Amino acid sequence: MDAPNTNANLYDCRDAFAATLETLGAGDPTIVAVCNDSVGSSKLGGFKSKFPERLVNVGIAEQNMVGVGAGLANGGRIPFVCAASCFLTGRALEQIKADISYSNANVKLIGISSGMAYGELGPTHHSIEDFAWTRVLPNLPVIAPCDRSETAAAVRWAASYAGPCFLRLSRVGVPDLLPEDHSFELGRANLLRDGTDVTLIANGTLTHRMVKAAEILAKQGINARVLNMATVRPIDEKAIIAAATETGAIVTAEEHSIYGGLGSAVAEVVVENAPVPMKRLGVPGIYAPTGSAEFLLDEFGMAPSAIAEATLALIKRK
Amino acid sequence: MQTKELERVARQIRRRDLQAVYDAGAGHIGGEMSAIDILTALYFRVLKVYPDEPRRADRDRFILSKGHTACALYITLAKRGFFPEEEISTFLQPHSRLNGHPNCNKVPGVETNTGPLGHGLPVAVGIATAGKLTSADYHTYVMTGDGEMQEGSNWEAIMAASQFDLRNLTLIIDHNRFQQGAALADTNNVAPLRPKLEAFGWDVTEINGNEMAEIVPALEHRGPRPHCIVAHTNKGHGISFMQDRVDWHHRVPNREQYEQAVAELSEAL
Repeated sequence: MDAPNTNANLYDCRDAFAATLETLGAGDPTIVAVCNDSVGSSKLGGFKSKFPERLVNVGIAEQNMVGVGAGLANGGRIPFVCAASCFLTGRALEQIKADISYSNANVKLIGISSGMAYGELGPTHHSIEDFAWTRVLPNLPVIAPCDRSETAAAVRWAASYAGPCFLRLSRVGVPDLLPEDHSFELGRANLLRDGTDVTLIANGTLTHRMVKAAEILAKQGINARVLNMATVRPIDEKAIIAAATETGAIVTAEEHSIYGGLGSAVAEVVVENAPVPMKRLGVPGIYAPTGSAEFLLDEFGMAPSAIAEATLALIKRK
Repeated sequence: MQTKELERVARQIRRRDLQAVYDAGAGHIGGEMSAIDILTALYFRVLKVYPDEPRRADRDRFILSKGHTACALYITLAKRGFFPEEEISTFLQPHSRLNGHPNCNKVPGVETNTGPLGHGLPVAVGIATAGKLTSADYHTYVMTGDGEMQEGSNWEAIMAASQFDLRNLTLIIDHNRFQQGAALADTNNVAPLRPKLEAFGWDVTEINGNEMAEIVPALEHRGPRPHCIVAHTNKGHGISFMQDRVDWHHRVPNREQYEQAVAELSEAL
């Protein structure tokens, strides 16, 4: 397996989301977009100009936005409900539970600028709780694509999937990691690099940092397996158990609190099936200080070199 | 169905609701009694619904946003043929699909899951928006409680309905003047409702919501704007000792009270 080129250009996955939604919208008149005054930040300008009647902007009213999404689905539409992830999941969580998840409404929730993408705007605008809040809800796949190819594939998958889902996107640029024609498969991790000494698992903006960390480790003679695990629920138990049994140690990293997110989901599988030493990297249960997303990820020990150091320390516990 | 017959059906639903709450030992009888006349008019006169095809695309929609009065909806749906009336005896029993709040994935005729207040109207706005987008001729109705109008999400939806020009939407507010713990006026008095809705750009009709002759024309009203029916009702309507008593929000009658209530409702039959 070829290691992905992580030194290439960086791309904002929102562009892949918007372009894919516009393409899908052209072929399927039932696709509609719903937003909370976030036409710009959700990159819905193109969709709006192409299909003005199919852009439902409810204004700054997230609870109504999610309810309206459920109603549009009841009326036979396929709504993509787009908003900054912090407001979508935080403000409208009960609507997501009752109207979307419990009602099993065919609504695609698109959390934009998730994690710490809003950086300096501070913790009110950070969405480092959304994996935890959404992954406890039945019927609701939770997905955080790692690059523009996976984003486009996940959006295509969401449109064709008969049920609700939560796509967690960022605005922070990431390199291409998966092939251009990548096909998204729910609950299936992608092997980006094989290895036998340890497994690095991440999604979203952390996947490329894991790949770089693996490159650093390789120079020190450590063969790290790298799994891109976009789907947080349903989690790829098979890949996790294989990673635990075949490599004996697992590091997770995510742009999320270490409580309740990807690392927790992986740990749940590990302890019940194949206990091995683990290290969960993420936001360590605090409100972040001022800084950009990239700065904060480094600050919280998720620079590739720091991930490599944490991995070396973990391997000693095997 | 004409007024007299609708009134007879409403009394039968009241009688069955009383028995269901008594048998189950739980329920929200006060708010059920206030809403039953409107439910009856909807399902036996106004709504174009298809019990054999409950998800037919061109059906009218009704959402019971005050989902805690599910028992009255279940009885109405069963009586209208959506599922067997005998199933009402399973209300609140283990594994019954008739739990305390309606579930659209289990109970035919239910459009969305309600229970937490302030959810039905935003969903109804979405359904009406879909109808407008597709030029469908279905109409969307939603019923909230008056205390429920304290939830801010309703006012988000009220603004949106006006902005989106949803003339295919009717909001019915069951204005029985009591919420769970006290009178509306003593809690957070959203009354008077008419000027508030009118200020938000809605057409408003005020009716006696326990008077069939007033209910039907209000439900059949069509105009240029979203329509709100402020239905002045009595909590516990039809049962003398429950009427307008806040403690009958979710109280269960004892045997003596049950027999008295049966006698009163039977007399009316």
